[in-house]
Amino acid sequence: MSTLNLTINKQDYQLDNLDSRTTLLDVCRQHLKITGPKKGCDHGQCGACTILINGRRINACLTLAVMHDGDEITTIEGIGMPESLSALQQAFKDNDAFQCGYCTPGQICSATALIDEIKQNWPSHVTTDLQNPDGLLVQEIAERMSGNICRCSAYPNIIKAISQVLENEMKGSSKTDAVQKSEVTGIWSLSPSEAQLGSQSMKNKTATSRLGDRS
Amino acid sequence: MKRFEYSRATAPEQAAQSASVKDASFIAGGTNLLDLMKLEIETPVKLVDITRLALAQVETTTDGGLRIGTLVTNSDLAAHPEVIANYPVLSRAILAGATGQLRNRATTGGNLLQRTRCYYFYQTDSACNKRKPGSGCPAIRGENRTLAILGTSDSCIAQHPSDMAVAMRSLDATVETLKTDGSTRKIAIKDFYCLPKDTPHIENVLESGELITHVVLPAPVSGIHTYDKVRDRASYAFALVSCAAIIDVTDNGRLDTVRLAFGGIGTEPWRNEAVEALLTGTDGNNDVIKQAADLLLKEAKGSGQNDFKIPLTRRLLKQVIQRALAGKGA
Repeated sequence: MSTLNLTINKQDYQLDNLDSRTTLLDVCRQHLKITGPKKGCDHGQCGACTILINGRRINACLTLAVMHDGDEITTIEGIGMPESLSALQQAFKDNDAFQCGYCTPGQICSATALIDEIKQNWPSHVTTDLQNPDGLLVQEIAERMSGNICRCSAYPNIIKAISQVLENEMKGSSKTDAVQKSEVTGIWSLSPSEAQLGSQSMKNKTATSRLGDRS
Repeated sequence: MKRFEYSRATAPEQAAQSASVKDASFIAGGTNLLDLMKLEIETPVKLVDITRLALAQVETTTDGGLRIGTLVTNSDLAAHPEVIANYPVLSRAILAGATGQLRNRATTGGNLLQRTRCYYFYQTDSACNKRKPGSGCPAIRGENRTLAILGTSDSCIAQHPSDMAVAMRSLDATVETLKTDGSTRKIAIKDFYCLPKDTPHIENVLESGELITHVVLPAPVSGIHTYDKVRDRASYAFALVSCAAIIDVTDNGRLDTVRLAFGGIGTEPWRNEAVEALLTGTDGNNDVIKQAADLLLKEAKGSGQNDFKIPLTRRLLKQVIQRALAGKGA
Protein backbone atom coordinates (compact mmCIF):
# COMPACT_ATOMS: atom_id res chain seq x y z
CA MET A 1 0.00 0.00 0.00
CA SER A 2 1.35 3.41 -0.88
CA THR A 3 0.30 6.93 -1.70
CA LEU A 4 0.94 7.92 -5.23
CA ASN A 5 0.88 11.14 -7.24
CA LEU A 6 0.34 10.73 -10.96
CA THR A 7 0.16 13.25 -13.78
CA ILE A 8 -2.13 12.04 -16.52
CA ASN A 9 -3.11 14.23 -19.46
CA LYS A 10 -1.67 17.20 -17.56
CA GLN A 11 -3.95 16.62 -14.58
CA ASP A 12 -2.62 15.65 -11.16
CA TYR A 13 -4.17 12.75 -9.33
CA GLN A 14 -3.48 11.48 -5.84
CA LEU A 15 -4.12 7.87 -5.03
CA ASP A 16 -4.09 6.78 -1.41
CA ASN A 17 -3.51 3.27 -0.21
CA LEU A 18 -3.06 1.95 -3.68
CA ASP A 19 -2.18 -1.73 -3.82
CA SER A 20 1.36 -1.91 -5.25
CA ARG A 21 0.23 -4.63 -7.63
CA THR A 22 -2.00 -2.26 -9.58
CA THR A 23 -0.88 -1.73 -13.13
CA LEU A 24 -0.95 1.71 -14.69
CA LEU A 25 -3.68 0.42 -16.98
CA ASP A 26 -5.91 -0.59 -14.06
CA VAL A 27 -5.29 2.71 -12.29
CA CYS A 28 -6.43 4.58 -15.38
CA ARG A 29 -9.46 2.45 -16.05
CA GLN A 30 -10.65 1.28 -12.65
CA HIS A 31 -9.52 4.01 -10.28
CA LEU A 32 -9.58 7.16 -12.41
CA LYS A 33 -12.17 6.15 -15.02
CA ILE A 34 -9.84 7.15 -17.82
CA THR A 35 -11.09 4.42 -20.11
CA GLY A 36 -9.33 5.29 -23.37
CA PRO A 37 -6.56 2.75 -22.78
CA LYS A 38 -8.16 -0.65 -23.36
CA LYS A 39 -7.47 -3.97 -21.73
CA GLY A 40 -7.00 -6.58 -24.41
CA CYS A 41 -4.59 -9.33 -23.44
CA ASP A 42 -3.18 -7.73 -20.25
CA HIS A 43 0.20 -9.31 -21.11
CA GLY A 44 1.83 -6.86 -23.51
CA GLN A 45 0.90 -8.80 -26.59
CA CYS A 46 -1.88 -6.80 -28.22
CA GLY A 47 -1.08 -3.11 -27.71
CA ALA A 48 -4.66 -2.04 -26.92
CA CYS A 49 -3.41 -0.41 -23.70
CA THR A 50 -0.69 1.64 -25.41
CA ILE A 51 -0.16 5.02 -23.74
CA LEU A 52 2.68 7.51 -23.73
CA ILE A 53 5.05 8.02 -20.83
CA ASN A 54 7.23 11.08 -21.25
CA GLY A 55 6.32 10.94 -24.94
CA ARG A 56 7.25 7.29 -25.43
CA ARG A 57 4.76 4.55 -26.16
CA ILE A 58 4.54 1.68 -23.71
CA ASN A 59 2.13 -1.07 -22.73
CA ALA A 60 0.23 0.27 -19.69
CA CYS A 61 -0.65 -3.29 -18.67
CA LEU A 62 3.00 -4.21 -18.17
CA THR A 63 4.02 -1.53 -15.73
CA LEU A 64 3.14 -0.83 -12.13
CA ALA A 65 1.47 2.47 -11.34
CA VAL A 66 3.71 2.97 -8.27
CA MET A 67 6.72 3.21 -10.57
CA HIS A 68 5.38 6.31 -12.34
CA ASP A 69 5.03 9.22 -9.96
CA GLY A 70 6.41 12.34 -11.60
CA ASP A 71 6.14 10.89 -15.09
CA GLU A 72 4.17 12.69 -17.80
CA ILE A 73 1.48 10.18 -18.75
CA THR A 74 -0.65 10.68 -21.85
CA THR A 75 -3.62 8.56 -22.87
CA ILE A 76 -5.78 8.91 -25.97
CA GLU A 77 -7.88 11.45 -24.02
CA GLY A 78 -4.80 13.68 -23.82
CA ILE A 79 -4.07 13.34 -27.52
CA GLY A 80 -7.44 14.64 -28.66
CA MET A 81 -11.12 14.72 -27.77
CA PRO A 82 -14.14 14.57 -30.14
CA GLU A 83 -14.20 18.37 -30.48
CA SER A 84 -10.46 18.62 -30.98
CA LEU A 85 -9.22 15.58 -32.85
CA SER A 86 -5.51 15.16 -33.46
CA ALA A 87 -4.37 14.79 -37.05
CA LEU A 88 -4.02 11.04 -36.58
CA GLN A 89 -7.47 10.71 -35.06
CA GLN A 90 -8.95 12.61 -38.00
CA ALA A 91 -6.97 10.48 -40.45
CA PHE A 92 -8.23 7.28 -38.81
CA LYS A 93 -11.78 8.56 -39.28
CA ASP A 94 -11.19 9.72 -42.83
CA ASN A 95 -9.60 6.43 -43.86
CA ASP A 96 -12.02 4.14 -42.08
CA ALA A 97 -9.06 2.74 -40.17
CA PHE A 98 -11.08 0.70 -37.71
CA GLN A 99 -14.13 -1.45 -37.49
CA CYS A 100 -15.03 -2.28 -33.89
CA GLY A 101 -12.69 0.42 -32.56
CA TYR A 102 -11.43 -1.43 -29.51
CA CYS A 103 -7.78 -1.33 -30.54
CA THR A 104 -7.99 2.19 -31.95
CA PRO A 105 -6.92 4.23 -28.88
CA GLY A 106 -3.83 2.06 -28.65
CA GLN A 107 -3.21 2.25 -32.38
CA ILE A 108 -3.38 6.05 -32.34
CA CYS A 109 -1.20 6.42 -29.23
CA SER A 110 1.29 4.08 -30.83
CA ALA A 111 1.24 5.92 -34.15
CA THR A 112 1.62 9.26 -32.36
CA ALA A 113 4.88 8.06 -30.84
CA LEU A 114 5.92 6.37 -34.08
CA ILE A 115 5.91 9.73 -35.85
CA ASP A 116 8.23 11.13 -33.18
CA GLU A 117 10.51 8.12 -33.45
CA ILE A 118 10.80 8.62 -37.20
CA LYS A 119 11.53 12.31 -36.68
CA GLN A 120 14.30 11.31 -34.30
CA ASN A 121 15.74 8.98 -36.95
CA TRP A 122 15.23 5.83 -34.92
CA PRO A 123 15.86 2.87 -37.21
CA SER A 124 13.64 -0.21 -37.34
CA HIS A 125 14.09 -3.85 -38.21
CA VAL A 126 13.30 -3.17 -41.88
CA THR A 127 15.51 -0.10 -42.19
CA THR A 128 18.08 -0.75 -44.89
CA ASP A 129 20.61 1.85 -43.82
CA LEU A 130 20.79 2.22 -40.03
CA GLN A 131 22.65 5.50 -40.31
CA ASN A 132 20.12 7.02 -42.65
CA PRO A 133 16.70 5.55 -41.89
CA ASP A 134 14.16 5.82 -44.67
CA GLY A 135 11.39 5.68 -42.12
CA LEU A 136 8.52 6.55 -44.37
CA LEU A 137 7.99 3.43 -46.39
CA VAL A 138 4.86 1.39 -45.89
CA GLN A 139 6.94 -1.55 -44.71
CA GLU A 140 8.42 0.70 -42.07
CA ILE A 141 4.99 1.63 -40.74
CA ALA A 142 3.87 -2.01 -40.68
CA GLU A 143 7.01 -3.08 -38.83
CA ARG A 144 6.84 -0.21 -36.35
CA MET A 145 3.15 -0.86 -35.65
CA SER A 146 3.58 -4.61 -35.08
CA GLY A 147 2.89 -4.19 -31.38
CA ASN A 148 -0.71 -3.20 -32.08
CA ILE A 149 -3.01 -6.01 -33.08
CA CYS A 150 -6.34 -5.34 -34.82
CA ARG A 151 -8.69 -8.30 -34.76
CA CYS A 152 -10.89 -6.66 -37.38
CA SER A 153 -7.76 -6.54 -39.52
CA ALA A 154 -8.12 -2.91 -40.50
CA TYR A 155 -4.38 -2.84 -41.15
CA PRO A 156 -4.47 -1.52 -44.74
CA ASN A 157 -6.46 1.51 -43.69
CA ILE A 158 -4.49 2.01 -40.48
CA ILE A 159 -1.37 2.19 -42.63
CA LYS A 160 -3.08 4.59 -45.02
CA ALA A 161 -4.09 6.85 -42.15
CA ILE A 162 -0.61 6.91 -40.64
CA SER A 163 1.02 7.41 -44.06
CA GLN A 164 -1.21 10.38 -44.70
CA VAL A 165 -0.27 12.11 -41.44
CA LEU A 166 3.41 11.30 -41.88
CA GLU A 167 3.30 12.78 -45.34
CA ASN A 168 1.95 16.05 -43.97
CA GLU A 169 4.27 16.09 -40.98
CA MET A 170 7.32 15.52 -43.13
CA LYS A 171 6.43 18.08 -45.80
CA GLY A 172 9.45 20.17 -46.52
CA SER A 173 11.84 17.64 -45.09
CA SER A 174 14.14 15.64 -47.32
CA LYS A 175 12.07 12.57 -46.56
CA THR A 176 8.98 13.75 -48.37
CA ASP A 177 10.01 12.08 -51.61
CA ALA A 178 10.09 8.69 -49.97
CA VAL A 179 6.50 9.11 -48.82
CA GLN A 180 5.21 10.18 -52.16
CA LYS A 181 6.95 7.37 -53.98
CA SER A 182 5.82 4.67 -51.63
CA GLU A 183 2.69 2.85 -52.62
CA VAL A 184 0.38 2.74 -49.70
CA THR A 185 -0.96 -0.65 -50.59
CA GLY A 186 2.37 -2.13 -51.65
CA ILE A 187 2.98 -4.45 -48.74
CA TRP A 188 -0.42 -6.04 -49.08
CA SER A 189 0.19 -7.12 -52.65
CA LEU A 190 2.39 -10.01 -51.51
CA SER A 191 0.43 -13.21 -51.34
CA PRO A 192 0.20 -14.43 -47.75
CA SER A 193 2.11 -17.63 -48.46
CA GLU A 194 4.98 -15.66 -49.91
CA ALA A 195 4.98 -13.09 -47.16
CA GLN A 196 4.98 -15.70 -44.44
CA LEU A 197 7.78 -17.83 -45.85
CA GLY A 198 10.85 -17.72 -43.65
CA SER A 199 13.18 -17.60 -46.62
CA GLN A 200 11.25 -14.76 -48.15
CA SER A 201 11.22 -12.71 -45.00
CA MET A 202 14.90 -13.38 -44.52
CA LYS A 203 15.57 -12.10 -47.97
CA ASN A 204 13.47 -9.03 -47.39
CA LYS A 205 14.35 -8.27 -43.84
CA THR A 206 18.05 -8.92 -43.84
CA ALA A 207 20.02 -5.81 -44.07
CA THR A 208 23.72 -5.55 -44.03
CA SER A 209 25.76 -2.96 -42.28
CA ARG A 210 29.32 -2.57 -43.26
CA LEU A 211 31.62 -1.33 -40.56
CA GLY A 212 34.51 0.63 -41.92
CA ASP A 213 37.98 -0.77 -41.59
CA ARG A 214 39.32 0.65 -38.36
CA SER A 215 42.76 -0.90 -38.48
CA MET B 1 -0.45 -11.59 -8.75
CA LYS B 2 0.91 -12.38 -5.30
CA ARG B 3 1.44 -9.56 -2.85
CA PHE B 4 4.91 -8.09 -2.57
CA GLU B 5 6.64 -5.29 -0.74
CA TYR B 6 7.56 -2.48 -3.11
CA SER B 7 10.52 -0.19 -2.54
CA ARG B 8 12.38 2.22 -4.72
CA ALA B 9 16.16 2.07 -4.69
CA THR B 10 18.05 5.29 -4.12
CA ALA B 11 21.56 4.00 -4.84
CA PRO B 12 22.97 0.82 -6.42
CA GLU B 13 24.54 -0.34 -3.16
CA GLN B 14 21.28 0.14 -1.33
CA ALA B 15 19.42 -1.69 -4.11
CA ALA B 16 21.68 -4.72 -3.83
CA GLN B 17 21.26 -4.78 -0.06
CA SER B 18 17.47 -4.46 -0.29
CA ALA B 19 17.31 -7.34 -2.72
CA SER B 20 19.54 -9.65 -0.68
CA VAL B 21 16.59 -11.26 1.10
CA LYS B 22 15.22 -14.54 -0.19
CA ASP B 23 12.74 -14.24 -3.09
CA ALA B 24 13.43 -10.56 -3.67
CA SER B 25 13.68 -9.27 -7.21
CA PHE B 26 14.82 -6.12 -8.93
CA ILE B 27 12.38 -4.51 -11.31
CA ALA B 28 13.38 -2.21 -14.17
CA GLY B 29 11.39 -2.40 -17.41
CA GLY B 30 9.30 -5.19 -15.96
CA THR B 31 8.04 -6.32 -19.37
CA ASN B 32 8.95 -9.94 -18.69
CA LEU B 33 8.82 -9.95 -14.89
CA LEU B 34 5.31 -8.49 -14.55
CA ASP B 35 3.99 -10.84 -17.22
CA LEU B 36 5.38 -13.75 -15.19
CA MET B 37 4.12 -12.28 -11.92
CA LYS B 38 0.59 -12.04 -13.29
CA LEU B 39 0.78 -15.73 -14.09
CA GLU B 40 2.32 -16.39 -10.68
CA ILE B 41 5.32 -18.03 -12.28
CA GLU B 42 7.45 -15.39 -10.58
CA THR B 43 6.32 -14.67 -7.04
CA PRO B 44 8.80 -12.26 -5.46
CA VAL B 45 8.02 -11.19 -1.91
CA LYS B 46 9.90 -7.97 -2.43
CA LEU B 47 10.32 -5.81 -5.51
CA VAL B 48 13.19 -3.34 -5.59
CA ASP B 49 12.51 -0.71 -8.24
CA ILE B 50 15.84 0.34 -9.74
CA THR B 51 14.43 2.57 -12.48
CA ARG B 52 15.50 5.82 -10.80
CA LEU B 53 19.15 4.84 -10.41
CA ALA B 54 21.69 6.73 -12.51
CA LEU B 55 22.49 3.73 -14.68
CA ALA B 56 20.99 4.86 -17.98
CA GLN B 57 24.08 6.26 -19.67
CA VAL B 58 26.16 4.99 -22.56
CA GLU B 59 29.82 6.01 -22.15
CA THR B 60 32.90 5.33 -24.22
CA THR B 61 35.66 3.44 -22.43
CA THR B 62 39.36 4.26 -22.49
CA ASP B 63 40.09 1.33 -24.79
CA GLY B 64 37.55 2.47 -27.36
CA GLY B 65 34.66 0.32 -26.22
CA LEU B 66 31.24 1.21 -24.83
CA ARG B 67 29.98 0.96 -21.27
CA ILE B 68 26.21 0.63 -21.28
CA GLY B 69 24.25 1.35 -18.12
CA THR B 70 21.91 -1.47 -17.19
CA LEU B 71 18.88 0.85 -17.45
CA VAL B 72 19.56 1.97 -21.01
CA THR B 73 16.40 0.95 -22.82
CA ASN B 74 16.50 -1.33 -25.83
CA SER B 75 15.10 1.54 -27.94
CA ASP B 76 17.82 3.93 -26.86
CA LEU B 77 20.57 1.39 -27.30
CA ALA B 78 19.44 0.37 -30.79
CA ALA B 79 19.24 4.01 -31.88
CA HIS B 80 22.45 5.13 -30.19
CA PRO B 81 24.77 6.68 -32.81
CA GLU B 82 27.84 4.84 -31.44
CA VAL B 83 26.03 1.51 -31.55
CA ILE B 84 24.69 2.11 -35.04
CA ALA B 85 28.10 3.18 -36.32
CA ASN B 86 30.35 0.66 -34.57
CA TYR B 87 28.21 -2.22 -33.31
CA PRO B 88 25.44 -2.49 -35.91
CA VAL B 89 24.99 -6.18 -35.12
CA LEU B 90 23.68 -5.06 -31.73
CA SER B 91 21.25 -2.51 -33.19
CA ARG B 92 20.02 -5.10 -35.67
CA ALA B 93 19.50 -7.75 -33.02
CA ILE B 94 17.60 -5.44 -30.69
CA LEU B 95 15.39 -4.12 -33.49
CA ALA B 96 14.57 -7.70 -34.52
CA GLY B 97 13.01 -8.33 -31.12
CA ALA B 98 9.72 -7.40 -29.49
CA THR B 99 7.79 -4.22 -30.40
CA GLY B 100 8.28 -0.47 -30.19
CA GLN B 101 6.32 -0.41 -26.94
CA LEU B 102 8.29 -3.20 -25.31
CA ARG B 103 11.68 -1.91 -26.45
CA ASN B 104 10.85 1.44 -24.87
CA ARG B 105 10.58 -0.22 -21.46
CA ALA B 106 12.94 -3.18 -21.76
CA THR B 107 16.40 -2.53 -20.37
CA THR B 108 19.86 -3.81 -21.21
CA GLY B 109 20.32 -5.75 -17.98
CA GLY B 110 16.76 -7.03 -17.97
CA ASN B 111 16.99 -8.28 -21.52
CA LEU B 112 19.92 -10.51 -20.52
CA LEU B 113 17.74 -11.99 -17.78
CA GLN B 114 14.68 -12.81 -19.89
CA ARG B 115 13.12 -16.15 -19.03
CA THR B 116 12.39 -18.78 -21.64
CA ARG B 117 9.24 -18.87 -23.76
CA CYS B 118 8.81 -22.65 -23.42
CA TYR B 119 5.06 -23.33 -23.32
CA TYR B 120 5.36 -25.62 -20.31
CA PHE B 121 7.25 -23.03 -18.32
CA TYR B 122 4.31 -20.69 -18.91
CA GLN B 123 1.64 -23.26 -18.19
CA THR B 124 1.49 -23.46 -14.41
CA ASP B 125 -0.65 -26.59 -14.25
CA SER B 126 1.97 -28.62 -16.09
CA ALA B 127 5.27 -29.97 -14.82
CA CYS B 128 8.41 -27.95 -15.56
CA ASN B 129 11.86 -28.49 -14.06
CA LYS B 130 12.70 -24.84 -14.55
CA ARG B 131 9.61 -23.56 -12.80
CA LYS B 132 9.26 -26.36 -10.29
CA PRO B 133 12.55 -28.24 -9.91
CA GLY B 134 12.16 -32.00 -10.00
CA SER B 135 8.66 -31.98 -11.49
CA GLY B 136 9.77 -33.23 -14.90
CA CYS B 137 9.96 -31.93 -18.46
CA PRO B 138 6.91 -32.65 -20.63
CA ALA B 139 8.43 -30.60 -23.46
CA ILE B 140 10.94 -33.27 -24.41
CA ARG B 141 8.14 -35.52 -25.67
CA GLY B 142 5.59 -32.77 -26.12
CA GLU B 143 5.19 -29.44 -27.87
CA ASN B 144 8.79 -28.55 -28.59
CA ARG B 145 8.77 -26.92 -32.01
CA THR B 146 10.30 -23.67 -30.74
CA LEU B 147 12.67 -25.21 -28.22
CA ALA B 148 16.42 -25.75 -28.09
CA ILE B 149 18.57 -28.30 -29.89
CA LEU B 150 21.89 -27.36 -28.30
CA GLY B 151 22.91 -27.22 -24.65
CA THR B 152 19.89 -29.26 -23.65
CA SER B 153 19.70 -31.88 -20.93
CA ASP B 154 17.31 -34.62 -19.87
CA SER B 155 15.83 -32.05 -17.49
CA CYS B 156 15.22 -29.12 -19.84
CA ILE B 157 15.25 -28.12 -23.50
CA ALA B 158 14.00 -24.55 -23.03
CA GLN B 159 15.44 -22.05 -25.51
CA HIS B 160 16.96 -18.73 -24.51
CA PRO B 161 14.64 -16.11 -26.01
CA SER B 162 16.82 -13.00 -26.29
CA ASP B 163 18.02 -11.49 -29.56
CA MET B 164 20.11 -8.81 -27.84
CA ALA B 165 22.06 -11.35 -25.81
CA VAL B 166 23.02 -13.20 -29.00
CA ALA B 167 24.61 -10.04 -30.38
CA MET B 168 26.26 -9.38 -27.00
CA ARG B 169 27.77 -12.87 -27.20
CA SER B 170 29.16 -12.19 -30.66
CA LEU B 171 30.69 -8.97 -29.35
CA ASP B 172 32.30 -10.60 -26.29
CA ALA B 173 30.48 -8.27 -23.91
CA THR B 174 31.26 -8.20 -20.21
CA VAL B 175 28.57 -7.95 -17.53
CA GLU B 176 29.50 -5.71 -14.61
CA THR B 177 27.74 -6.37 -11.33
CA LEU B 178 27.50 -5.10 -7.80
CA LYS B 179 27.14 -7.58 -4.98
CA THR B 180 25.34 -7.11 -1.68
CA ASP B 181 28.65 -6.70 0.19
CA GLY B 182 29.47 -3.74 -2.05
CA SER B 183 32.07 -5.57 -4.13
CA THR B 184 31.89 -5.57 -7.91
CA ARG B 185 32.76 -8.15 -10.50
CA LYS B 186 33.08 -8.48 -14.23
CA ILE B 187 31.61 -11.55 -15.88
CA ALA B 188 32.40 -12.39 -19.49
CA ILE B 189 29.12 -13.07 -21.26
CA LYS B 190 30.38 -16.52 -22.23
CA ASP B 191 30.51 -17.32 -18.50
CA PHE B 192 27.29 -15.53 -17.56
CA TYR B 193 24.71 -18.18 -18.45
CA CYS B 194 24.43 -21.69 -17.01
CA LEU B 195 23.49 -24.71 -19.08
CA PRO B 196 20.38 -26.42 -17.70
CA LYS B 197 22.04 -29.76 -16.77
CA ASP B 198 19.98 -31.05 -13.84
CA THR B 199 19.38 -27.56 -12.39
CA PRO B 200 17.50 -25.72 -15.14
CA HIS B 201 16.05 -23.26 -12.62
CA ILE B 202 19.55 -21.77 -12.28
CA GLU B 203 20.00 -19.75 -15.45
CA ASN B 204 22.99 -17.54 -14.72
CA VAL B 205 25.82 -17.04 -12.27
CA LEU B 206 24.30 -14.04 -10.45
CA GLU B 207 24.08 -14.39 -6.70
CA SER B 208 21.10 -13.34 -4.60
CA GLY B 209 20.90 -9.55 -4.60
CA GLU B 210 23.65 -9.16 -7.20
CA LEU B 211 22.78 -6.23 -9.46
CA ILE B 212 23.83 -5.88 -13.09
CA THR B 213 25.10 -2.31 -13.32
CA HIS B 214 26.62 -2.18 -16.80
CA VAL B 215 27.30 -4.18 -19.90
CA VAL B 216 30.64 -3.35 -21.47
CA LEU B 217 31.52 -3.82 -25.12
CA PRO B 218 35.17 -4.10 -26.14
CA ALA B 219 36.52 -1.92 -28.95
CA PRO B 220 34.58 -2.43 -32.19
CA VAL B 221 35.35 -5.36 -34.48
CA SER B 222 35.49 -4.42 -38.12
CA GLY B 223 33.63 -6.44 -40.67
CA ILE B 224 30.14 -6.93 -42.00
CA HIS B 225 27.68 -6.94 -39.10
CA THR B 226 24.43 -8.79 -39.67
CA TYR B 227 21.60 -10.24 -37.63
CA ASP B 228 19.36 -12.73 -39.39
CA LYS B 229 16.25 -13.98 -37.67
CA VAL B 230 14.02 -16.73 -39.00
CA ARG B 231 10.63 -16.73 -37.32
CA ASP B 232 6.99 -17.54 -37.85
CA ARG B 233 5.88 -13.93 -38.38
CA ALA B 234 7.74 -11.10 -40.08
CA SER B 235 7.64 -9.06 -36.87
CA TYR B 236 7.08 -9.52 -33.16
CA ALA B 237 7.93 -13.22 -32.88
CA PHE B 238 10.71 -15.06 -31.13
CA ALA B 239 13.47 -16.59 -33.21
CA LEU B 240 13.26 -20.13 -34.52
CA VAL B 241 16.87 -19.68 -35.53
CA SER B 242 18.84 -16.45 -35.54
CA CYS B 243 22.44 -15.57 -36.23
CA ALA B 244 24.49 -12.57 -35.16
CA ALA B 245 27.49 -12.39 -37.43
CA ILE B 246 30.59 -10.25 -37.74
CA ILE B 247 32.56 -11.27 -40.79
CA ASP B 248 35.50 -9.64 -42.48
CA VAL B 249 36.76 -10.78 -45.85
CA THR B 250 40.25 -10.18 -47.23
CA ASP B 251 40.81 -8.62 -50.62
CA ASN B 252 41.47 -12.05 -52.12
CA GLY B 253 38.17 -13.40 -50.87
CA ARG B 254 39.23 -15.23 -47.71
CA LEU B 255 37.26 -15.12 -44.49
CA ASP B 256 39.25 -13.05 -42.06
CA THR B 257 37.32 -12.24 -38.91
CA VAL B 258 34.46 -14.69 -38.33
CA ARG B 259 32.18 -14.40 -35.33
CA LEU B 260 28.89 -16.26 -35.27
CA ALA B 261 26.45 -16.42 -32.38
CA PHE B 262 23.09 -18.14 -32.68
CA GLY B 263 19.71 -17.60 -31.06
CA GLY B 264 16.64 -19.83 -30.93
CA ILE B 265 18.64 -23.06 -31.00
CA GLY B 266 20.45 -22.99 -27.66
CA THR B 267 19.51 -23.09 -24.02
CA GLU B 268 21.76 -20.04 -23.85
CA PRO B 269 22.97 -17.64 -26.56
CA TRP B 270 25.06 -20.07 -28.61
CA ARG B 271 28.55 -19.50 -29.92
CA ASN B 272 31.15 -22.06 -30.86
CA GLU B 273 34.58 -20.52 -31.41
CA ALA B 274 35.90 -23.73 -32.97
CA VAL B 275 33.43 -23.23 -35.82
CA GLU B 276 34.76 -19.73 -36.33
CA ALA B 277 38.36 -21.00 -36.31
CA LEU B 278 37.48 -23.63 -38.90
CA LEU B 279 36.06 -21.00 -41.24
CA THR B 280 38.74 -18.37 -40.71
CA GLY B 281 41.30 -18.22 -43.49
CA THR B 282 39.19 -20.26 -45.91
CA ASP B 283 37.30 -19.08 -48.97
CA GLY B 284 34.01 -20.26 -47.47
CA ASN B 285 33.35 -22.88 -50.13
CA ASN B 286 30.51 -25.35 -49.76
CA ASP B 287 32.70 -28.08 -48.26
CA VAL B 288 34.07 -25.79 -45.58
CA ILE B 289 30.62 -24.52 -44.73
CA LYS B 290 29.39 -28.09 -44.48
CA GLN B 291 32.25 -28.94 -42.12
CA ALA B 292 31.49 -25.83 -40.06
CA ALA B 293 27.82 -26.71 -39.84
CA ASP B 294 28.67 -30.30 -38.90
CA LEU B 295 30.85 -29.04 -36.09
CA LEU B 296 28.32 -26.49 -34.90
CA LEU B 297 25.56 -29.09 -34.85
CA LYS B 298 27.60 -32.10 -33.74
CA GLU B 299 25.86 -32.26 -30.37
CA ALA B 300 22.52 -30.99 -31.66
CA LYS B 301 19.58 -33.04 -30.55
CA GLY B 302 16.11 -32.53 -31.93
CA SER B 303 13.12 -33.59 -29.86
CA GLY B 304 10.74 -34.23 -32.73
CA GLN B 305 8.88 -31.07 -33.64
CA ASN B 306 12.04 -29.00 -33.47
CA ASP B 307 14.14 -31.35 -35.64
CA PHE B 308 13.75 -28.86 -38.48
CA LYS B 309 16.00 -26.42 -36.67
CA ILE B 310 19.02 -28.55 -37.54
CA PRO B 311 18.78 -28.18 -41.33
CA LEU B 312 17.48 -24.63 -40.91
CA THR B 313 20.58 -23.68 -38.94
CA ARG B 314 22.75 -25.22 -41.69
CA ARG B 315 21.03 -23.14 -44.33
CA LEU B 316 21.24 -19.98 -42.27
CA LEU B 317 24.95 -20.49 -41.63
CA LYS B 318 25.56 -20.95 -45.34
CA GLN B 319 23.53 -17.91 -46.25
CA VAL B 320 25.31 -15.69 -43.72
CA ILE B 321 28.79 -16.74 -44.86
CA GLN B 322 28.13 -16.66 -48.58
CA ARG B 323 26.36 -13.31 -48.42
CA ALA B 324 29.27 -11.81 -46.54
CA LEU B 325 31.66 -13.15 -49.18
CA ALA B 326 29.50 -11.74 -51.95
CA GLY B 327 29.12 -8.44 -50.12
CA LYS B 328 32.84 -7.96 -50.05
CA GLY B 329 33.08 -8.21 -53.80
CA ALA B 330 30.09 -6.01 -54.49
